[in-house]
Amino acid sequence: MKLKANIATSENGFIFNPATGDSFTSNAIAAEILTYMKAGESETEIKQKILDRYEVELCQLERDWDDYMLQLKEANLLDL
Amino acid sequence: MSVSPYLNQTNTLTIAVTGLNANDNPGPGLGVIRALRDGFGENLRIIGLAYETLEPAIYLSDQVDKTYRIPYPTAGVEALKERLQQIQEVEHIDVLIPNFDAELFNFIKLEKELLSMGIRTFLPTHQQLADRDKVNLQAFGNKHGLDVPASETILAASELDQMADKLGFPLVIKGKFYEATIVQHISEAYKAFYKLQAKWGLPIIVQQFIKGTEINIAGLADGEGNTLSVIPMRKIYITEKGKAWAGITIADDKLINLAKAFAKATRWKGGFEMEIMRDEQDRLYIMEVNPRFPAWIYLSVAAGQNQPRMLVDLALGNQVKELTAYTAGKMFVRYAWDNIIDVAEFQKLSAFGEL
Repeated sequence: MKLKANIATSENGFIFNPATGDSFTSNAIAAEILTYMKAGESETEIKQKILDRYEVELCQLERDWDDYMLQLKEANLLDL
Repeated sequence: MSVSPYLNQTNTLTIAVTGLNANDNPGPGLGVIRALRDGFGENLRIIGLAYETLEPAIYLSDQVDKTYRIPYPTAGVEALKERLQQIQEVEHIDVLIPNFDAELFNFIKLEKELLSMGIRTFLPTHQQLADRDKVNLQAFGNKHGLDVPASETILAASELDQMADKLGFPLVIKGKFYEATIVQHISEAYKAFYKLQAKWGLPIIVQQFIKGTEINIAGLADGEGNTLSVIPMRKIYITEKGKAWAGITIADDKLINLAKAFAKATRWKGGFEMEIMRDEQDRLYIMEVNPRFPAWIYLSVAAGQNQPRMLVDLALGNQVKELTAYTAGKMFVRYAWDNIIDVAEFQKLSAFGEL
């Protein structure tokens, strides 16, 4: 899953798609994941960082991850 | 600042602008003036040309230096010419920018005479004006291979039933010059027909409804098939009249290319606005092409391309290079402001036709 190259994100979780004019806000962890995605890190690497940093079970992370990716896809923010 | 060798002796650039009706169905005049003030700085004199005494920008003295009333388009070319001659004797206008669809026919007709008075313009031809007219949009799309919604022009309300059978509901009922109503039922279609007929006359346009995202494009073309500037804007707050009250510039090559295709196909000369609907399949339908700058034109300046200034340079015969870079994510948020004036100002304009 790769974020579209033109998507602008800010540290506070604001997401802007310059091609459509759509903008979104995201919570702190979602913003952190976006930062990793923007940096080109893989899904595995990002998940490991989240597991290392937060108290979360792998199965919970997988569920939340799938849910978040679905939201990003529906928002037309992913390069499919 | 760009000054032509023919400008008046003070070297102040004098530009006349119509479309001062900065109301809930705003004319582009105020946006154009603001862009010109940004583009040309202090040595600029703005002459407002108004049809009605309550066009709000008349009373913005920091934007409009002097306003004259001019006759309605229905009064004809001669009446307009005579009035402009009177004004020109006093004001020495260098460039005139008309901003209403309904007045353009007369201004184009007067183009050569205006030039002989020393007033330059940069306008499309009558043929170009007619080609992109709402009434001819379907044929225009077919001719140039551009997507436009299916539409028919009708002259009698009795034709509505047939149109409804052909195009289905919802339908868009459009006035000849301005305004459109989305209708869900034949009774609403009749009501909209009579209302628009009373206001703008015949014909009425009946158009297929396209569901999607509303995008407008402000453009400037040189009359030789080249666009010199294109700025796409997505509407993010739309009034009941369908006007953008807030919008954001977007970066999308498909939109830029569509504007270029339009300018190339028509060899458009001057400013234009394309109203686009992007449907769920990402098809871009041209809903309308307006033969002038849009009311939100100041956003083009904010995004990095001052289209009104470029148009003035073209009118003056100065070289103008194509601009391609602009900032996506620039927004405008329009607002209403109660401007306080004294009745004496209103009276002066009403009684003497100038302020």
